[in-house]
Amino acid sequence: MADGAADEYIVRFENVQKSYDGETLVVKNLNLNVEAGEFLTMLGPSGSGKTTCLMMLAGFEPATHGEIYLKETPINKVPPHKRGIGMVFQNYALFPHMTVAENLAFPLQVRGMNKADAETKVKRALEMVQLPQMSGRRPAQLSGGQQQRVAVARALVFEPDLVLMDEPLGALDKNLREEMQFEIKHIHENLGVSVVYVTHDQSEALTMSNRIAVFDDGIIQQLAAPEVLYEKPDNAFVAQFIGENNKLLGTVKSVSDGVAKVDLEGGGTVEALAIKCGAAGERTMLSIRPERVLIAQEDMPNRLTGKVVELIYLGDHIRCRMEVAASKEFVVKVPNSHAHAALRVGEETAIGWVTEDCRALDVR
Amino acid sequence: MTDTTANGAAGSQPDSGPMLAADGTPLKVSLARALRRQKLRALMLIAPLLLFIVITFLAPIGDMLFRSVENNIVPETLPRTVVALEQWDPESGEAPGEAVFEALQADLLIAAEKKIHTRLGSRLNYETPGISSLFRKSGRRVDDMEQGPYKPQFLKIDEDWGDVEIWRTIKRYSGAYTAGYFLASVDMEYGADGPQLKPEDERIYLTLLWRTILLSTVITVSCILLGYPVAFLLANLPLRTSNVLMILVLLPFWTSLLVRTSSWIVLLQQQGVINDTLVTLGLVGDGGRLELMHNEVGTIVAMTHILLPFMILPLYSVMKTISPSYVRAAKSLGANDWTAFWRIYFPNTVPGIGAGAVLVFILAIGYYITPELVGGTSGIFISNRIAYHISSSLNWGLAAALGVVLLALILVFYWLYDRIVGVDNVKFGG
Repeated sequence: MADGAADEYIVRFENVQKSYDGETLVVKNLNLNVEAGEFLTMLGPSGSGKTTCLMMLAGFEPATHGEIYLKETPINKVPPHKRGIGMVFQNYALFPHMTVAENLAFPLQVRGMNKADAETKVKRALEMVQLPQMSGRRPAQLSGGQQQRVAVARALVFEPDLVLMDEPLGALDKNLREEMQFEIKHIHENLGVSVVYVTHDQSEALTMSNRIAVFDDGIIQQLAAPEVLYEKPDNAFVAQFIGENNKLLGTVKSVSDGVAKVDLEGGGTVEALAIKCGAAGERTMLSIRPERVLIAQEDMPNRLTGKVVELIYLGDHIRCRMEVAASKEFVVKVPNSHAHAALRVGEETAIGWVTEDCRALDVR
Repeated sequence: MTDTTANGAAGSQPDSGPMLAADGTPLKVSLARALRRQKLRALMLIAPLLLFIVITFLAPIGDMLFRSVENNIVPETLPRTVVALEQWDPESGEAPGEAVFEALQADLLIAAEKKIHTRLGSRLNYETPGISSLFRKSGRRVDDMEQGPYKPQFLKIDEDWGDVEIWRTIKRYSGAYTAGYFLASVDMEYGADGPQLKPEDERIYLTLLWRTILLSTVITVSCILLGYPVAFLLANLPLRTSNVLMILVLLPFWTSLLVRTSSWIVLLQQQGVINDTLVTLGLVGDGGRLELMHNEVGTIVAMTHILLPFMILPLYSVMKTISPSYVRAAKSLGANDWTAFWRIYFPNTVPGIGAGAVLVFILAIGYYITPELVGGTSGIFISNRIAYHISSSLNWGLAAALGVVLLALILVFYWLYDRIVGVDNVKFGG
């Protein structure tokens, strides 16, 4: 607090490691700062260590090594109920023997708040999630979406500075999930509370977050804003995990001024931004987004020939799968405009892209 | 709106009246017809078991329970006497007149021929001690009686024939049905002004019933106290460890009940393992060995151990369904360990406690073998008395009446439980 930098971070992981069996590390040397008021998402496949991180932060799992700070206070030895962190669980964990109002009043009661104040707060919280008429119901009498809202309200009713959410929308159907994404986002914006959110659904992460930490193999692969993650992935895992990605394998021929010349395995040489590709002679994976590939343009620095394998009409765009330089899974999104090229299955066509859209990354 | 869709689906039909199927038969009839085959098949599948239960279980039990009110032996053995006694007024204070004795002579003559007068004697002996020998004596000599008047001859055989009490008993039990067994089973008897409680020193069944209920309650409570932590461990330990524990819980099930009870005898008796250990440790003197057996303590200890699995298993299966995230959620909301347990975890296990308590209590209240072996006199249950009347005293009517009282008691407890906790709240698993 004294130097001003202290209250910028609400959570700080410092060299945190976690092992369950003493043989393998589930979380390997985690360093992560969560800024006050931020919506930070931990995204990754199952088993990547993201939920473990959340459980360490909530206090249900002890860190094997390292220290976690909550507002500059080390909390490794603080039991969960003294951390004052709100939490929304995967299956909501609403207490089945209590009504909605009793569920919401529970955190206020254990804090010794008087009845009248608690009632006011419960009422306000239910209004926030648009369920004021449901206070007398039991959780089993609510729909999945309503239970979800109650769970969010319960995690917020005691006004914590930090709320953790562990795949809270996993059990909902697609439409409801999208609706709830916006609702949670709006609640976050209105209350200014910090949120650490865990999910394996990248579109959820992209929709809601200020920053996303992509987890894999117990390591944060990249921590950045959604648009940076999508457009400037640091490594092959992030490129493949976030959004749709075309990968072309090749060998680095030379690197100069941050641009690598790469010999593709299927023949041809292209240029790409040298992000994580090593020196000349090393293998690399080129990453390029399907919507950045252009068709039948003459003045491209990188030109290849592709053979159309499959065409799928999707209304706003046409998804074209083609065979390019030894890859049969090369996808191009052709915008559905008057000017777009007429493609036919089996025909060959010229494709190309600007160097800035293609990133030379590590090979996994 | 509903009407139009209903009409549209079922074709043209009046607005009121039952819904019709496409061929015009009422929909309910159609549905019943369609389901009949399934129902028949289901019935056929359970038919063997149903028959088996009816023949070997329900019918004998029904017959046995019927014995608690049945009293045919008196009117069948003494038909004429019963009719003649109708004229006699017990309040007159005098033995009946010659007409009754004449009928008695005729009845006894036939009964003695068939040798069934002794059975009647022992039946009536339950009600008024002494009648048994009276009938046996008279049955032997009735053959030698001279022609009429019979009253003096009977009085000559035994003066008791002049006793109003004897005749009062015969008259009271002359009907085909009697409430006598039930009165006896709750320590009551016919007095001058109808049913009344027996003198205090003769009351045994109420004491026994009360003790049975009390001890069963104590056993149930100790099963809850001992079983709850075990079930909690079972439900929360990692699979490998909990499997071992589960085998330990189930082990008693695979051991003979008799063996388990006998081993408690080895442990509890005055020269047994526990007392020996205490004496060796110097905690009690050799002269002051604890009486752990042949009293309530023995019954409670042994039966708690034997019935414990019936508490642990329903508790376990309920605890297994309680998501660990409830307690985590409670803690994240600010509850300490105790609050999280008591306000969140415990209320969710109540259905399991209910199921276990009902099981243990109902099993305990009718338990026989263990109280018989370790209970002594102060630790036996009502069922031991029932067994005594079935096999030793051969007073099956009283045994049946006691059985009915016990059954009624269980139903009352079940009803009470339903009122207080709700039977729907009982969960044996899943």
